[in-house]
Amino acid sequence: MKTVETLLAVEDVTVEFDGFKAIDSLNFYVDKGGVRVLIGPNGAGKSTLCDTIIGRVRPRSGRILFRGEDITRLPEFRIVRKGICRKFQTPGVLQSLSVHDNLALAARKTRDWWHAFGRDLTKAERERMEDVLALIGLADKRDYLPSQISHGEKQWLEIGMVVATEAELLLLDEPTAGMSPQETSDTADLIRRLVGRHTVLVIDHDMSFVEQLDAPVSVLHMGALLKEGSIAEVRSDPEVAAVYLGRIEDAAAA
Amino acid sequence: MQLRAERTFYLIGFVLLAVAPWLVSPYNLSLLGRFLAYAIVALGLVLVWGEAGILSLGQGLFFGLGGYVLAMYLKLVNLAPGDLPDFMQWSGISHLPAWWAIFRNPVIATLGVAAVPAAVAAAFAWLVFHRRVGTVYFALITQAMVLAFVTLLSSEQGYTGGFNGLTDFHTLYGLSLDSQSVQNGLYWATVAALAASFIGLKWLTGSHFGKLLRALSDSENRVRFLGYDSMPYKTIAFVIGAALAGIGGAFFTLQAGVISPAGIGVVSSIEMVVWVAVGGRRSLAGAIVGTLVVNFAQEMVSNAFPNVWPFAIGLMFILVVTLLPSGLGGLFRPEALAALRARLRRLSGAAGLIPMADDPGRDMRGVK
Repeated sequence: MKTVETLLAVEDVTVEFDGFKAIDSLNFYVDKGGVRVLIGPNGAGKSTLCDTIIGRVRPRSGRILFRGEDITRLPEFRIVRKGICRKFQTPGVLQSLSVHDNLALAARKTRDWWHAFGRDLTKAERERMEDVLALIGLADKRDYLPSQISHGEKQWLEIGMVVATEAELLLLDEPTAGMSPQETSDTADLIRRLVGRHTVLVIDHDMSFVEQLDAPVSVLHMGALLKEGSIAEVRSDPEVAAVYLGRIEDAAAA
Repeated sequence: MQLRAERTFYLIGFVLLAVAPWLVSPYNLSLLGRFLAYAIVALGLVLVWGEAGILSLGQGLFFGLGGYVLAMYLKLVNLAPGDLPDFMQWSGISHLPAWWAIFRNPVIATLGVAAVPAAVAAAFAWLVFHRRVGTVYFALITQAMVLAFVTLLSSEQGYTGGFNGLTDFHTLYGLSLDSQSVQNGLYWATVAALAASFIGLKWLTGSHFGKLLRALSDSENRVRFLGYDSMPYKTIAFVIGAALAGIGGAFFTLQAGVISPAGIGVVSSIEMVVWVAVGGRRSLAGAIVGTLVVNFAQEMVSNAFPNVWPFAIGLMFILVVTLLPSGLGGLFRPEALAALRARLRRLSGAAGLIPMADDPGRDMRGVK
């Protein structure tokens, strides 16, 4: 008897680019609640999997269920409204809007065009936005433009935008790319604080960051799952070491 | 406080335009009236290009549609039933086609000035934005469209007046277009339409809708993956831009007394973008000023040296793009001014005009 509910189910999904199988008959399940980490070497299909979940890339076969509902062919904005939001690898903040307006755009629940001519944020949306501003530590910089904040802060801003949508499942694609060690560990703290309200799927290959998250890890290799388990189990797995960790050690030795 | 200063500035501008009939000669007034009609097109481009980031090199199409719709009414209004406009008779056309006849109705014609270009723009936007065409390709498609339109106009002489277009208008809503007081009235109507468009767009760009358009021009993907359907937003902006171009085209036609393929083609459409670039593509007031500056400059330069104008407009465009990307409107923004100073310093430094202490290349320059 399972006590945890499956939030996201990727069932037998294959994604092909000109005959190359970026994802090969993958079955992947994310349980509701908590943090889940997806790692794998470059080209393993991590970002493609993300793209497929959010509808940017359509699978050749298989299906994706979110809360039991088939979302495989929904338009992207409908998938977001169902409750899946993604942070992109390179910070995708909106350059001409202030920090505050970036978050306001994300926090708005009424996203259809006919609501866009006047109505301000509701009280609940405003409160949510203040919470997020505090969470990402940018409350003092709410009127800054993205060009006036640091790279790390931009990454946090985009994480904040994803959080502000109140999506149940957050996909964070390399949230610590380009961050200093201190910023990286702050980001790990930030992600742990999201648990409870959100289920978080983190995609990364920075092992020190993944260790700080202390969450179940899935290793993707050549579009298929290689291993699932705790970070310690994954680290000690010889197969994983061969395809992935071995490279890091090679690189460190070089 | 700053907002109030800004409003005072706009108010003074529009009051000056409103009293122009007492200040300038009838000839210059008719020029000004036509250029203000152009400025309505430019305001639309601020929304479409400046805010939404959709570069349209085909506004001439919508300008032309508005102008032709009104011109069809003007050609029909004084005809006895069964009669044909002069150019149709010359081409041997025997029946007035139905798509001409409906514009005999002044209400349909007046609404059509905005509605026809808006409908064409909506159909076009729906087709193109659906396919997620990139900015550059979109601009090229708009160019192709305006080219097809003027080719069609020119080839269907019997129905469109061909190269000569439609001209020789006499009355509008029963008023004689030949009288100076009616011409003054048309001028004020143009100023009023410009002011209404300006106020409407100020409000729109300040609303959440305007923010969303800017967000889309920053990163459409990011906005889409925050749960927004970008298509209707872009379509509405494009349709509003087209309707304004149509209104501008109608006011132009009334004051110029003619609408023809010559003023709405590929080159004219690109010039419309240049007016906005010179004025500042994100500044509504800048777009009006840019339109007036470029067009009066054109008037003066091409009167004195007819062959020089294409080079002059090219040079103006290059100078603005390299030195002042936010256009003349940027002269009122401190950060754009600072950027301009920095660029000028770099340019003059590179030319060796001013020695720059912090230029690491300086010591190398003398070394062979």
